[in-house]
Amino acid sequence: MRARAFLILLLLASGAEAQERIQVAVSSNFVLTFTEIAMAFEESTGILALARSGSTGQLYAQISNGAPFDVYIAADDERPAALEHSGYGVKGTRFTYALGRLVVWSRKADDCLAVLHDPSAGYIALANPDLAPYGAAARDFLVSIGAWHAERIVLGMNAMQARSFAVTGNAVAAVMPYAQLTGLARTNSRCVYEVPADAHRPIRQQAILLDEKNVSAQRFLAYLKSDEAREIIRQYGYEVPE
Amino acid sequence: MNLYGPLWLSAQLAFVTTIILVIVGAPVAWWLARTSSQAKPAVQAVVAMPIVLPPTVLGFYLLILLGPNGAVGSWWVQITGSALTFSFTGLVIASCIYSLPFAVQPMQNAFESLPKSYLERAWTLGASRLDAFFSVAVPLSARGFVSGIVLSFAHTLGEFGVVLMVGGNIPGETRVVSIAIYDHVETLNYAAAHRMSLVLVAFAFIVLATMFVINRRWSER
Repeated sequence: MRARAFLILLLLASGAEAQERIQVAVSSNFVLTFTEIAMAFEESTGILALARSGSTGQLYAQISNGAPFDVYIAADDERPAALEHSGYGVKGTRFTYALGRLVVWSRKADDCLAVLHDPSAGYIALANPDLAPYGAAARDFLVSIGAWHAERIVLGMNAMQARSFAVTGNAVAAVMPYAQLTGLARTNSRCVYEVPADAHRPIRQQAILLDEKNVSAQRFLAYLKSDEAREIIRQYGYEVPE
Repeated sequence: MNLYGPLWLSAQLAFVTTIILVIVGAPVAWWLARTSSQAKPAVQAVVAMPIVLPPTVLGFYLLILLGPNGAVGSWWVQITGSALTFSFTGLVIASCIYSLPFAVQPMQNAFESLPKSYLERAWTLGASRLDAFFSVAVPLSARGFVSGIVLSFAHTLGEFGVVLMVGGNIPGETRVVSIAIYDHVETLNYAAAHRMSLVLVAFAFIVLATMFVINRRWSER
């Protein structure tokens, strides 16, 4: 019995050693895209890239407190820059991997813009602007069209939760990343409104290396810049910088 | 950002929840203490389940049930015009479920330790069952009531996971103190997080210490 337990442990330990892995802090808007990129990356390099998702601000707080991540994939450029200054990020490794787009989505309304202006229609969900760049951009947009009314706004702790409020019908609409028009949000969609880019602050999504000596992490960031990865990023509805 | 708004909101939530739980929980506790019904273990299990279930399970089902498409939520929409999720009323319902065992179990224990002869004596002296309950059972079980009240108040004050899932973080409505502290920590606003947290630490200590002092006095009597 004891021998078997030992054997299982040994197998688990050797299995873990056999494959190299890196820990990546991924902003939740990008998780689905990341998963696909990580699969292609593993296929070509054998390195496993594991995602820990959260809002950009939440992950920033964790990294600033010494969380053991190798790469940070944010939804803005401010926080990666701040990590570069504070020394948690490696200088000169920061780059823009995608430009985010914002959509209004609803499974209940036929006109996504009209529903934002109709106070009796129900709640509007977005990510917490203090923690999530998409939340801040969503607030910019709602303020610019005069539809920001605090009593109608419900905040998810990240973009994923904001979407789930609208998917479950608890909010009438969500202002969320274009990349999240997947799964139930695609099949159950009644209306989608693409927010013009000039109606909110630019969503310049940057990545940065956190562990200077980690070669696997460096290879992953190089892969994130490759044509294969850029194609995947484009397919998910992001713009890719030149 | 208002520092005491979330604390005050949490206090209101805990207060309303505690009152409802005493009114609803006392008959349940009484029934559980007295019954020899086959259904007792099942009812006991249902009452105790919130202790075992992760807040995410409660939060998930409440998000579905209380939402405008849910069984309870749609009915509430017809009556009041608004859904239960993202509202103070919704949080009261969630908290009542979440803190139910903390109200019922101490009261049940107190009722169980009550000698049956006391009640029988009251009945033979002509007291109605309700009268006997209020003038004999309740005063003699005061310790259980105090524990139930204190624990459900304190437990509701510390509620986090369920609120995170069905609250929506609306100031003055669902942004309770635990959520506000979480936000402050995530945005690295540690000064504000400290201020709120210290109030809670002090409160928890004072309330629990007071309860234990009262309990000791009672058992010395």
